[in-house]
Amino acid sequence: MSLRVEGLSVARGGVPVLDGLSFTVEPGQALVLRGPNGAGKTTLLRVLAGLAPPLAGRVEMPPESAAYASHADGIKATLSVRENLRFWADLYARPWAEGVLDDFDLRSLAHRPAGTLSAGQSRRLGLARLGVIGRPILLLDEPTVSLDAASVARFAGWLRERHLASGGLAVIATHVPLGLDAPEFDLSRFRADPMVAGQGSDAAFL
Amino acid sequence: MKALLLRDLRLAVRAGGGFGLSLAFFLIVTVLVPFAVGPEADTLSRIGPGVLWVGALLATLLSLDRQFALDHEDGALPLIATSPLPLEAVALAKAVAHWLTTGLPLTLAAAPLGILLNLEGASFPWLVLTLALGTPALSVIGTFGAALTVGIKRGGLLLSLLVLPLYVPTLIFGAEAARRGAMGLEVATPLLMLAGITLGALALLPFAAGAVLRINLR
Repeated sequence: MSLRVEGLSVARGGVPVLDGLSFTVEPGQALVLRGPNGAGKTTLLRVLAGLAPPLAGRVEMPPESAAYASHADGIKATLSVRENLRFWADLYARPWAEGVLDDFDLRSLAHRPAGTLSAGQSRRLGLARLGVIGRPILLLDEPTVSLDAASVARFAGWLRERHLASGGLAVIATHVPLGLDAPEFDLSRFRADPMVAGQGSDAAFL
Repeated sequence: MKALLLRDLRLAVRAGGGFGLSLAFFLIVTVLVPFAVGPEADTLSRIGPGVLWVGALLATLLSLDRQFALDHEDGALPLIATSPLPLEAVALAKAVAHWLTTGLPLTLAAAPLGILLNLEGASFPWLVLTLALGTPALSVIGTFGAALTVGIKRGGLLLSLLVLPLYVPTLIFGAEAARRGAMGLEVATPLLMLAGITLGALALLPFAAGAVLRINLR
């Protein structure tokens, strides 16, 4: 159960942004993606999640093992916190574990409609989805946005002690230090020349 | 698939879910037609089945743009796409949820609303039967249209323009079968064509919708 990337090139809106990426993340490891805005962190994570095809190169991981968490949490305002999480558990065919509510400090909010949560509380609910669906490879895009310091520490603790310690791995794009013992990967070194390539193919439509 | 279906049904009946929207629109159209056409009982009972079919079709159209747009806006769609459920099954679950919250209530409401249009007694069973057979096709075709326009902001107009021509065969055979049934004529041909359209749409369009969703998610 490891994530292996070889010679990966990715494009956003048809324009190449990253070229020649290679790295391996082993179980129990986290990799922190660094780079200025627009460096291609989100694009890379979407390709790793299988939402967008790579321009070139390979991504190797066991099938159906990755979970993607984007800026948007996909929370339904009219469902309660518990209903939101139970939906993800059912969709991923996972048993419902009540303990997730404690891991992400949502116990006292469990019956509230998600629409009444604050931005930070919504974010905690969005991250709790990762605890519910139990996927070993986490692809996290700015997971700490709008979290307070205590919540950042709580999430980093969950990541370290629950996820990584049990053999999971994570690729995290973040500007905030999470206090993880994780190597950093600077994407600005792999910036693609936007004038090169951009040769789309019709293969996807056939 | 059951999880997604149950969630969509639950969302539809909660506040702002749009469950009553189509039904209310259907009611308004049917109530207004006698005022516009005039009170001649003969005219009304002659055009009744056709009016109810057009009303049901437009009411279905009204709720289509919520199909994927809401999940796209709040970011749930990429998260659903990375789940074990294939996008084809996602499209089918969405279509079934749409039919249960739109097509089925419209079918059931058509009979009482038919009284307002002075439908003859023999018309009622045929109207309900053709709507029950035809509205699933409207939901599946509409879901495909919604999948095509999912990335487009305010894509409602484009969605309507794309879907309306695809609705025409269902409307023709549905209204024709209802009309013939009411007049005691041979109904087998339009009825079979209507059932064929529904089955064909159900069998093929979830795959088409899954494919366009995959492209639109990039």
